[in-house]
Amino acid sequence: MAFGLAAVLIGRDYSFGTGVRMGPGYFPVVLGGLLTLLGVVAIGRSFLKEGAGVGAIAWKPLLLVVGGTVLFGGLLRGAGLPVALLALILVSAAASRQFRFEWRAALALIALIMFCAVVFEMALGVPLPLVGAWLGA
Amino acid sequence: MDVLANLWLGLETAVSATNLLYCFIGVFLGAAIGVLPGLGPTATIAILLPITFGLPPVAALIMLAGIYYGAQYGGSTTAILVNLPGESASVVTALDGYQMARQGKAGTALATAAIGSFFAGTVATLLLALFAPPLADLALQFGPAEYFSLMVLGLVASIVLARGSLLHALSMIVLGLLLGLIGTDVNSGTVRYTFDLPELADGISFVIVAMGVFGLGEIVANLEEESTRSVMIKSVTGLLPTRDDWKRIIKPILRGTTLGSVLGILPGGGAMLASFASYAVEKRASKNPGEFGKGAVEGVAGPESANNAGAQTSFIPMLTLGIPSNPVMALMIGALVIQGIQPGPAVMTEQPMLFWGVIVSMWIGNFFLLVLNLPLIGLWVRMISVPYHFLYPAILVFCAIGVFSVNNATFDVYLMALFGALGYLFRKLDCEPAPMLLGFILGPMMEEYLRRALLFSRGDPTVLVTSPVSATLLLLALALLVLVIAPAVRKTREEAFQEES
Repeated sequence: MAFGLAAVLIGRDYSFGTGVRMGPGYFPVVLGGLLTLLGVVAIGRSFLKEGAGVGAIAWKPLLLVVGGTVLFGGLLRGAGLPVALLALILVSAAASRQFRFEWRAALALIALIMFCAVVFEMALGVPLPLVGAWLGA
Repeated sequence: MDVLANLWLGLETAVSATNLLYCFIGVFLGAAIGVLPGLGPTATIAILLPITFGLPPVAALIMLAGIYYGAQYGGSTTAILVNLPGESASVVTALDGYQMARQGKAGTALATAAIGSFFAGTVATLLLALFAPPLADLALQFGPAEYFSLMVLGLVASIVLARGSLLHALSMIVLGLLLGLIGTDVNSGTVRYTFDLPELADGISFVIVAMGVFGLGEIVANLEEESTRSVMIKSVTGLLPTRDDWKRIIKPILRGTTLGSVLGILPGGGAMLASFASYAVEKRASKNPGEFGKGAVEGVAGPESANNAGAQTSFIPMLTLGIPSNPVMALMIGALVIQGIQPGPAVMTEQPMLFWGVIVSMWIGNFFLLVLNLPLIGLWVRMISVPYHFLYPAILVFCAIGVFSVNNATFDVYLMALFGALGYLFRKLDCEPAPMLLGFILGPMMEEYLRRALLFSRGDPTVLVTSPVSATLLLLALALLVLVIAPAVRKTREEAFQEES
C-alpha cells in the first residue's frame, strides 16, 4: 500500500521529465528516469513483501489545518488581515480534540490578532491589508 | 598568527552592538521555541527565517546560528523536565535526564547540560577557526566536476542517516532535486514544470517548502497523537553540581566533545548521530553501566556535549564548501542565497567579516545560553505548560504571515498549504522529508555544476571519473551506498534507530 502510493507520486513526475526539450531538459530527464526506476523497484518490492500499510490518515486535522491556511490566503486580500487570521485560527483550532469555546481562548485569540497586526504591519512594515478590498477600504 | 588575527576580526564584528543584540535575540528565540515540544531546530529556523530577510547578511546569519544552537539547547531542557525531547538530538538526554529530574536532581542535570554544551561549543568554535581556512583553500581548487561529485557524496551520506527505508530516502532526494528545478532555466530561459502558472516561473522558494513540510506537516502529525502533558517539576533547585558531580562529568564531556566534533564535520552527520554515539560510548566506558537509564549524570553530560559540538562543526562544510550536512544547514545556505551571497569556499575570502563574525558569535551565543538558561528555567517551565491546542494555531499564524511576507503573494500561502499536506503524507508513507529538503536546495547548484563540467569537457561525461578528486568522491559515495545496503550495517543501523523510537 505504502509503496503503491509513493509510486503514484513518483510515476507522475516521470511524464514531466521527458516532456522538456533536450538542452535544458537534460538534467530533469536523467532525474525523472532515476525516480521512475526507484518507483518501479518500490512497487516490485511491495508485491514481494507484505508491507506494514499506511495506517489511518488523520483526515480531520489534515483538512482543517491545510484548509485553514488556504482560507487565510483567500481572505487576506479581500477581507483584510484580522478577518483572515480569525478564520485561520478558528478553523485550525477546531482540529484539536481539546477544542472548546471558552473565554480564555477567545481572549488569547484577540490578543494574538492584535499582536500580529501591530508587530507585522507597523513594526516590520509588511504590507498586509488591515481592511480588505471587499469591505471598502 | 593568521588564526588569531582572523578571530580578532571576528570578535570585532561579533561584539558590535547590533550583532550582539541579534545574537542574543536569536539565542533567546531559539531556546524559547526549542523548549516547546514538537518544534525542533529545523522547524524553528524555517518559521523564523522571514524575520531575518530584512537584516544585513552578517546579522541575519548570526541570528540564525543563534536560533539553531538555542533550539538545540532548549530541546534538552524539555527532555530533562518533562521527558519530551524537543528535537531528535536530545532523545538520549531524556533517558537519564528525566530520571535525574524525578530524583529531584533536575537542577544538576540542567546545569550539566549547560556546562557540557558551553565547553563543547568553545572547543568546536576553535576547531572551526583552525580547520575551515585550509579546507576552503582546498575547495577553491575544485572544478565543476569535483563540485558535482562532492554534492553527490553529500546527498548519499544524508541517506545513511535517514530513518526508514533507504529506497524511500533515495526517492525523496531525487524528488527534492526535481522540485528544485521548477521555474525558469538559467541558461536557456526555458520555463520548466510550471503548469503555465506565472507564479512558479521564479521557482519555489525554499522557505515555502521548509515551512510547509516541517511546520504544517508537523502540526498535523502532532495533532494526530495529541496528548496532555504534565510538568511535574514546579521549582528547580540545586543548580550547581557538587564536587562529586564535577568529577563524574569531566571525562564524559571531553569524550562527547571529541566525538561530536568529528561526527559533525562528516556530511550527513551532525548533532543527532553525535548524541547517540556518545551515549553508547559513555555506557561502555562507565564503571557501573547499570546506572544508565536510571539517572546517571554521565548520560547527560556526554551526549549533551556531543550534540552541541556536532551542531557547531557541521557549520564547517556549510561555510567552506557550501555543502549542507543536514536540513538546518540547508536552510542556512538558502538564507545566504537570499542575502545575495553565493555559498562556497569564496565566502571566507570575499566576506571575511561574515565568516569570522559568525564563528565568534557562536562562542558568544553559547556563553549567553549558559548565563541565560539557568535563571530562565522558571519561564521555560511555564512555556512548556502552555497546552498544544493553544500553541499550534499561533504557529500556523506565524507560518502564514511569514510565507506571505517573503513575496507578498497569496499564491505562496496556497503552495505552503500544499506542501503541508505533502509533508504529512510523506510522514505517513514513512518517507523522511529531510533528504528532500537537501535535494531541493542542492538541485539547481548540481545542475549548474554538471552543465559547466560538461561544457569544459565538450560534452564528454567521463570527465567525472577522469579527474582524480572527482573520481575519489564518487567512489566514496558508491562505497557508502554499498555499505548501507550491506546486511551487517543495515542491522546495526536499524538497532540504532530502534533505541530512539
